[in-house]
Amino acid sequence: MKIKTEAGERHVLAITVDNEAGVLAKITGLFTARGYNIESLTVADISSDHALSRITIVTSGSPAIIDQIIAQLDRLVPVHKVIDLADGGAHVEREIALVKVAGSGEKRIEALRMADVFRAKVVDTTLTSFIFEITGTSDKVDRFVALMRECGLVEVGRTGVVAIARGAEAV
Amino acid sequence: MTEMSGADMVVQALVDLGVDTVFGYPGGAVLPIYDALYKHPTIQHILVRHEQAATHAAEGYARSTGKPGVVLVTSGPGATNAVTGITDALLDSIPMVVLTGQVPTTLIGTDAFQECDTVGITRHCTKHNYLVMDPDRLGPIMHEAFHIATHGRPGPVVIDIPKNVQVATGTYSVPEFIQHNSYRPQVEPDADAIAQAIDMIAASERPIFYTGGGVINAGPDASAALRQLVALTGAPVTSTLMGLGAFPADDDKWLGMLGMHGTYEANMAMNRADLIIAVGARFDDRVTGRLDAFSPDSKKIHIDIDRSSINKIVPVDLAIVGDAGRALDAIITGWQDAGHKARDLGEWWRRIDGWRATRCLDFPEKKEPGADIMPQRAVKALFDATRGMDPIITTEVGQHQMWAAQHFGFAAPNRWLTSGGLGTMGYGFPAAVGAQIAHPGRLVICIAGEASLQMNIQEMGTVAQYRLPVKIFILNNEWMGMVRQWQELTYESRYSNSYSDSLPDFVKLADAYGWTGLRIDTLGQLDDGIQTMLGTPGPVIVDCRVAQLANCFPMIPSGAAHTEMLLQPSDVTGTMDDEAKALV
Repeated sequence: MKIKTEAGERHVLAITVDNEAGVLAKITGLFTARGYNIESLTVADISSDHALSRITIVTSGSPAIIDQIIAQLDRLVPVHKVIDLADGGAHVEREIALVKVAGSGEKRIEALRMADVFRAKVVDTTLTSFIFEITGTSDKVDRFVALMRECGLVEVGRTGVVAIARGAEAV
Repeated sequence: MTEMSGADMVVQALVDLGVDTVFGYPGGAVLPIYDALYKHPTIQHILVRHEQAATHAAEGYARSTGKPGVVLVTSGPGATNAVTGITDALLDSIPMVVLTGQVPTTLIGTDAFQECDTVGITRHCTKHNYLVMDPDRLGPIMHEAFHIATHGRPGPVVIDIPKNVQVATGTYSVPEFIQHNSYRPQVEPDADAIAQAIDMIAASERPIFYTGGGVINAGPDASAALRQLVALTGAPVTSTLMGLGAFPADDDKWLGMLGMHGTYEANMAMNRADLIIAVGARFDDRVTGRLDAFSPDSKKIHIDIDRSSINKIVPVDLAIVGDAGRALDAIITGWQDAGHKARDLGEWWRRIDGWRATRCLDFPEKKEPGADIMPQRAVKALFDATRGMDPIITTEVGQHQMWAAQHFGFAAPNRWLTSGGLGTMGYGFPAAVGAQIAHPGRLVICIAGEASLQMNIQEMGTVAQYRLPVKIFILNNEWMGMVRQWQELTYESRYSNSYSDSLPDFVKLADAYGWTGLRIDTLGQLDDGIQTMLGTPGPVIVDCRVAQLANCFPMIPSGAAHTEMLLQPSDVTGTMDDEAKALV
């Protein structure tokens, strides 16, 4: 007997929740309990009185699965709103990565040249290493990291996606 | 705004919320609350023998009254023992508030004695849960918890209260108006959707109402509205296991339960319908059978208070999110305002009558007095003997549960208490305790299997302590009957661990607890035995020995379509493939 798995389109969900203990576990637990995939997750307090947090989750699935994920999230008591940013038209996505590269000679020069092309900033340097900070879409970060592999990549730290819809309207 | 201890706040909140009964078991981490209860004699505390039973008793109380069931247990093992009942309440949408003790806040995270991460463990089996770290929050949280447990789709809420929060003093406050800042279930149905539903029903030639526990949860008025709408439209009605009683079983529009052990006519009508009106039902896999063959030619309207139930399993043509009763009322009003008359469904009913003619619930039996009792006969005899007594029936889980669902006709909601979603063996007896506590003067009968009953049989002590006249009617075939039936169907009758050797002598057990015990061995003893049970005051356990190898038909094997029912044992041929086995 074969177990079927289903792939689907990538979606970015913006979720506002009560900023209280256990909420993130409740959200992520819903994904694991129901077999949904989380590709990226970011979370931070977003209100002046620290009452609200915003969670951004990148997931994938068929339209029916995405609709079900949204409905399941929406019924959790601490969840205020769930928005599928792919549904609301264009949106802006950003991710930050810190990329450490070690090496010398030509590879060191090549790393600096590539970083310049990608507008990555050098935020730390030693005689044998650089740490670059790069901001952009996940795709751009992926491409930069792939290039750095050729230039002595030793470590990557990524934040995951944060996203917001274009236009004057707020979520 | 009053100064008092956290424990007093808990009890005061229960008083303010109109709670009259708490099911629980004391322990070190809840002793302050138990002490506060001692000083508030208006709240009845029922001391069970196991925390799982406390939760099922609370479910029985809730299902039979419509009010939330309340549970009080200690930290660690008290809380973990309650998890099965909490999950059961979640899957069957039962309103319940579970108060758990917790080690003092200063010890949380230290692996202290009887510490467990109760909010972590119950996070995914509750509708919501709380860990109270500040006594000033106790009042608002208690009131909010009851609001969440009972509004929208009902469910269990856990409040975990550290012992030092129970002891500390704080300010008890009652929110003037409970409006959670994010939890706002949609109760009122959308008017446009209602109008569309009316048009779809009016245009349908082969409509069917498929109703579920949501109708019962919406209150007796919703059941009344369902009856009215069925009368107006002339359409047939079927229901899930959880929905039994919302529509009277003696009405000629009633087709019986649908699904795996539903009737032939209900399943065929679902399959051939051109319109399904699903009300408070969630297209469970035990109902739909093989999804790609589920009612292929019908349009589907789905009324549900939980938006996430819509399109979860079966895509529908029209979704109506809201309270089942209000949606039914709105459809009735719109139907009448539009001057609709019931369409002539004569051809549809002729087809249904043809399916009814198979008499799918008939079963073979010998009639002589010394014959073995067929379990179906035992349920029918119990039903016949209790007509007019308006009994509350609970069941354990297994073949006896399905026979009770098939052969015991219910005329009203809140009389049928069974574990549908989780299928919890050990549910029925403590649920009967809860129902009897809520309705001291009513006849409460637990129809049990001998295996299920033993999962919470220790509650015989609770019944004895509170002088409850609960009746347990065991269909004793010495097997885990449903397990055996599946082993016959899917594992070439390799009976791996489904036979119970060394059963207790239930009559002697009754004697040990101060109950009355009866045994019924043959068909000739059946009616008299039931009459003796009904005529005996106090608790009675009846060990009704039934034909050992009888199986529950009709049935739809896992992974099969509604049209592929097995009506009798001779329809069983071969075993199922691996994919179907996985669905058992």
